Amino acid sequence: MNALKSREAILALAILALLAAIASRFPAFVAPANLVRVLNDTSPLILLAMGQMIVIMTKCIDLSIAANLALCGMIAALMNGAGVPLPLILVAVIAIGGALGAVNGLLVWKLGIPSIVVTLGTMTIFRGSIFLLTGGAWINAHQMSEGFKALPRAMLLGLPVMTWIMLALVAAIGLMMTRTPLGRAFLAVGGNPHAAVYAGISVGRTQFAAFVLAGALAGLVGYLWVARYAVAYVDIAGGFELDVVAACVIGGIAIAGGAGTVAGAVMGALFLGIVKNALPVVGISPFWQMAISGAAILAAIAFNASRRTPGRIILKPSEVTP
Amino acid sequence: MSILKTILTTAATASVLMAGAAQAEPMRIALVAKALGIGFFEAANKGAEEAAAELGDVEIIYTGPTDTTAEGQIEVLNALIAQRVDAIAVSANDTDALVPTLKRAMDRGITVISWDSGVAPEGRQMHLNPSSAPLIGNMIIKLAADQLPEGGDVAVLSATTTSTNQNTWIEEMNKVAGDYPNVNVVATVYGDDLADKSYREAQGLMQSHPDLKAIIAPTSVGIVAAAQAVTDAGKIGDVNVTGLGLPSEMAGHVKSGASESFAIWNPIDLGYSATMIAHHLASGEAEAEAGATIPIGRMGEVTLDENNEAAMADPFVYDASNIDEFSSVF
Repeated sequence: MNALKSREAILALAILALLAAIASRFPAFVAPANLVRVLNDTSPLILLAMGQMIVIMTKCIDLSIAANLALCGMIAALMNGAGVPLPLILVAVIAIGGALGAVNGLLVWKLGIPSIVVTLGTMTIFRGSIFLLTGGAWINAHQMSEGFKALPRAMLLGLPVMTWIMLALVAAIGLMMTRTPLGRAFLAVGGNPHAAVYAGISVGRTQFAAFVLAGALAGLVGYLWVARYAVAYVDIAGGFELDVVAACVIGGIAIAGGAGTVAGAVMGALFLGIVKNALPVVGISPFWQMAISGAAILAAIAFNASRRTPGRIILKPSEVTP
Repeated sequence: MSILKTILTTAATASVLMAGAAQAEPMRIALVAKALGIGFFEAANKGAEEAAAELGDVEIIYTGPTDTTAEGQIEVLNALIAQRVDAIAVSANDTDALVPTLKRAMDRGITVISWDSGVAPEGRQMHLNPSSAPLIGNMIIKLAADQLPEGGDVAVLSATTTSTNQNTWIEEMNKVAGDYPNVNVVATVYGDDLADKSYREAQGLMQSHPDLKAIIAPTSVGIVAAAQAVTDAGKIGDVNVTGLGLPSEMAGHVKSGASESFAIWNPIDLGYSATMIAHHLASGEAEAEAGATIPIGRMGEVTLDENNEAAMADPFVYDASNIDEFSSVF
């Protein structure tokens, strides 16, 4: 537990060092107002990283998370166009996102197909569905109602609502992971599936629950995304699933499952979010930006890997303390 | 090459012969869309009808497949050949797949040109591009300069670092930047044609260049994202977003004032010009050969390059005065 704690402490230090390095080139970046902007901009990534974290903990992966976001976002925009009130849209996208996640979960649970294959398939299906829904047409700013676009931007106690939603959900998921049987089941299933079965936890059902949660989060972010950027089309958030996985890995979520913390995933997402927001302002050639993003991810992962404790031994009867 | 020449000569001779017969009945020009039901092509048809009315003895057959496939288009073209139309002007769903069918059409003496989306040179007599890279490059900086009588800093928000179209346009823009001495291009950034990255890059531009007066985005994803970023930053009126976009996607941002004006081809002009060219070639008044000049009515004239391609005109400028008319079109 100490090792995990220190990993997060080191990640926090890395974020501070990163901010200091950026501030040396562009001081306005660390102004409080700008940090709030960066936090808000990173909120979708943090929310999706929460979902992905849970899925990865159960030894699965959800590559369809960004496509789910895009499909739910498009559905939200279409419902808005049809005059559906906003609260109903929110409930609907969370439910639809959860249902799409449930499709992934059922295929993994009932048919035992590896999650990477299942979600690779559903990723394409979800994107294709957007095309079927719209014929490839865009939904643009002037086709969305003001209220629909205003919610994520509205300011409440100095922070945008989108940031508040993120903070509330991170707190809720943090509680769930540490204080509820389901939260512990996610870790148990990933940590040692056989032991989990003996403890009375259904591995498949737990993985199913993880996919539903990740899907519901993606559905909610779908609305936030479309409302924030005020545009919906087939390719929104294209390739974003890889950012989400990267955020989790940087945050110390073990890709083999069973280890990781909410704080880690949040910081992993923040690290990526800061890099993404800083690169445009520090005046680095765009031709180097992708290489720098990639190098930062690799460095963080290499660092995490080198600090990973060797496999946990549950029963160690012969250990003698000196 | 000799085959091409033979075909061209045959086609030219045939069209001269046909021209004699066409005196009696109206010349039938088929305008073939990528697919029916697309606003852009419906608007092109409007332009074609306008040209037909101007020419007098022309009947427009506007047609196309129900979805954007080369197979569907080949069926449509076969039907047109069977009807013995005088000319076919096609916006192709595939550069190469239509070539055999179109060759057959030319063998039968039908004038064949492509417009908007081209056909390989052996499958048509000439191709009409909506515009050309130098015209576009000049237009995007002119759009920014026109709103900046005092001059100022502008930045370019492109697609990816490897987008051929955008890179060519920006290169052409930089070539003519000297003609706009007050306009200072301070940065070129890349939004990768992703809404979120473009939005972030636009925010970054406004932060790192506080005096920025305009963002030029020659990409439809970038221009919309930049307009939204300017709106969210409360900088409408300070930073003008311009470049290339579609009227239906930009209508809201033009009305909010985030974008004073932007440009893209005008489909009405394109349909009009394609019809004019088809008529002149089919009637034998003009020949499709490198260096030839073909008049296109109110649009002036086009000159064919060594690939028998021509550029119609500057991209058409859309602003608050005409955005409503076109936002329902495409």
